[in-house]
Amino acid sequence: MTADVIVHGAEWTVKELFVYPNEFIYWSLQIVMYPYMTGLVAGAFVLSSLYHVFGQKDLKEIAQFSLVFSLALLPVAALPLLLHLQQPLRAMEPLLTPHFTSAIAAFGIVFTVYGLIVLSEIWFVYRKYFVEQVGELKNTPGISNALKRSVYRVLTIGAYDVSDGAIRVDKKAATILAAIGIPVACFLHGYAGFIFGSVKANALWMSPLMPVIFIMSAVVSGIALCMLTYIVIMEWKAFRQRRTGSAVEATEIKGAETDVITKSTKYLLGFLVAAISLELLDLIFRGYTAMKSWDILRSVMYGKDFINIFVLQYALGNLVPFVLLILPGRTLKRTVLALVLVLFGVFMMRWNVVIGGQAFSLSFSGYMHYEVPIIPHSIETFKEGLFGALTVITTPFVLFWIINKFVPSLRREPGENQQP
Amino acid sequence: MKWHVLRPLWVAIALVGSILIARQFVVPDDFGVHGQNFTYGYYRLSNVQEWKDFPVKYRGREYCVNCHAEKVQLVNQSPHEPVECENCHGPAVNHPADPALLLIDTTREHCLRCHALLEYPNSSRAHVPSINNRMHMRRRECAECHNPHSPGEKRE
Amino acid sequence: MTCSRRDFLKEAVGGTLASVLPLSAFTFISSEEAKAALAESKVRWAFLVDASKCTGCGLCVKACKNENEIPYDAPVTRTWVERYVVTKDGETHIDSPLGGRDGFIDDKIRGEEIDPEDIAKAFFVPKLCNQCDNPACVQVCPVGATYQTNDGVVLIDRDWCIGCGYCIMACPYGVRFFHPEHKVADKCNFCYHRISKGMPPACVECCAFDARRLANLKDPDDPVTKIITTERVAVLKDEYGTKPHVFYLGLDASVR
Repeated sequence: MTADVIVHGAEWTVKELFVYPNEFIYWSLQIVMYPYMTGLVAGAFVLSSLYHVFGQKDLKEIAQFSLVFSLALLPVAALPLLLHLQQPLRAMEPLLTPHFTSAIAAFGIVFTVYGLIVLSEIWFVYRKYFVEQVGELKNTPGISNALKRSVYRVLTIGAYDVSDGAIRVDKKAATILAAIGIPVACFLHGYAGFIFGSVKANALWMSPLMPVIFIMSAVVSGIALCMLTYIVIMEWKAFRQRRTGSAVEATEIKGAETDVITKSTKYLLGFLVAAISLELLDLIFRGYTAMKSWDILRSVMYGKDFINIFVLQYALGNLVPFVLLILPGRTLKRTVLALVLVLFGVFMMRWNVVIGGQAFSLSFSGYMHYEVPIIPHSIETFKEGLFGALTVITTPFVLFWIINKFVPSLRREPGENQQP
Repeated sequence: MKWHVLRPLWVAIALVGSILIARQFVVPDDFGVHGQNFTYGYYRLSNVQEWKDFPVKYRGREYCVNCHAEKVQLVNQSPHEPVECENCHGPAVNHPADPALLLIDTTREHCLRCHALLEYPNSSRAHVPSINNRMHMRRRECAECHNPHSPGEKRE
Repeated sequence: MTCSRRDFLKEAVGGTLASVLPLSAFTFISSEEAKAALAESKVRWAFLVDASKCTGCGLCVKACKNENEIPYDAPVTRTWVERYVVTKDGETHIDSPLGGRDGFIDDKIRGEEIDPEDIAKAFFVPKLCNQCDNPACVQVCPVGATYQTNDGVVLIDRDWCIGCGYCIMACPYGVRFFHPEHKVADKCNFCYHRISKGMPPACVECCAFDARRLANLKDPDDPVTKIITTERVAVLKDEYGTKPHVFYLGLDASVR
């Protein structure tokens, strides 16, 4: 029987020296994407909470946007797992029979709770808008408008009271949810780090610092992505208006606000420094204690993966954007470059943890090299290859575009000032 | 009290409720903690019997001797006594019903498993008579000259 | 209103979160069959490998593949044999071509010729699932698809495994893999279907050199148990705290 005798992992693993027969790179590109996407979710949410909970008023616009964007990111965080599972149709089992001693099982519950919190918070923030839309679309002709109105009616969940008292309660509820959401978001991404950090069999992953490192770099990536998307969208809208010379709507924002960027950057830098410090601490400790695995780890980190770790992640992904952001005279272009590099750096961190941890054999006497499937020639090489990763990275933007049609995250309430 | 604040909570409870209801239908009844503790004993109990019912392929010499007593006795008195019949003849499974005939592996590579010369002085391999594969009767099958059931005697 | 809306909301959300866990706890209560399974078992399966007797013939690997329906040509196997050649300059050369499925006919290791004069020691080490007392693989399964039976064997439920691969990453010994056809995790289970009928595992049956033996640690009269308890035996990688139950005679410091 020759059909489907594909050993998962054999297609993209090249073994060197002595590797146990059953060892392959089982956790490949999609498992790199998964903590990356959940990190973006957590980071986006934390950014939005900085406004709702800590009253950082200059963050109001980006907060609105990042809240909705974190919702667009949420289903996408589960997508890499569905693409990775050998039995994707059984994906609900961690919710049906969770084995709580496993970090992945607890993660399923935390993820669901977190999703409910984000959805609820968005509901409280936008409920008034939904109710208004139901009213506005009431007598407009056309099927698309009728459909839109139905969607808004469902979205209100029947709560039509938009009196001042009701709106005040909404705001309070949103604040509470944002507050609860911060530890849950930390939990969410702490768990992703725990998934790796608790694997005692893997010499590179096993570390109590792993959950904390993951949280810090998750927040970094979330803030960076939200800032970047926000800048791109705002600049494009402003550019479009300047080109067509159309009348400026009072409710549209003109270009990315400088103080929003400045404030967000401060938080980004703080978390970035924390993330780098912890990673360096981990590395230093490993080198100092020189456990059994140190020989092979050293040869992987300073040899085969030197470029991936020190050049791409630490230098290009951390040091260069850090310098770009703290040097005086920061321009928008420079900020954008720094943000892109930060996002790349966090991706490389996930890569170096997941793939790096499988770059050496359990025997400590051999290596495994990961060759990313670029042109897919089977379902496996699509799902766990470059195109699978591209699918995952583009989906949040598609989802955001759809969600934004019903939950406008870039508008400002009419009558509000530019400066709070 | 603005009760509308609790609406998302009702939605959440409905979701959790539907998962718990789905659970009743999807999860087998015998799924739970069996044995020592939750950490190592959380599973579907009927799976144990499923594994016990997995079909056996190798029957062992006691099975072969029922019909092939002479051959078995021959082997038992030869240096190949420790070698199982099924090592060369493949698993009996339900022979003679299915398969009716067992393939015999007479390839050189099969015999070389034990008899290829590997100069490892303090390995048990040193006790097995070996040949240098590159020199001894290349590309010929060992069974042409050596009787596997009685390897001490050479075939003429 | 005695409590504020904020408090009420806090309680409500917290309560939901808290109730998610205990609600699922109801499903942990086992039925009558579970009580029977809980009964103290008279068997604890273990294994004894005598690495000084192994000749690297690989018949065990072949037998295991046939017995347990692991696709013969796939580069995965429930048990395997490793060859160690330690040369006089202190280098250790290790290989396991296809897990030793076809034996070790070639004296070259990964194409490298080794002069027999340079060999200090050379030997073979069979490996299989250690059926640990504290199996890390069972601990990390998110859905309860792998578990420990009351006689110590770790089994995998093929109908429930979601194929996440966490168990494979968690095993320090590298005994787990994805079954190429069933697309779920797989590993050696001491031929559970055979030992439950009083037959030896296929690899034990087919080993012509008495290098592999099964034991019941709870039977004091078991001759293999006597060896394990009275002679000097070793285990692999005990620093992980998994409490493996495959014991070795003739192990060496160079064994990985």
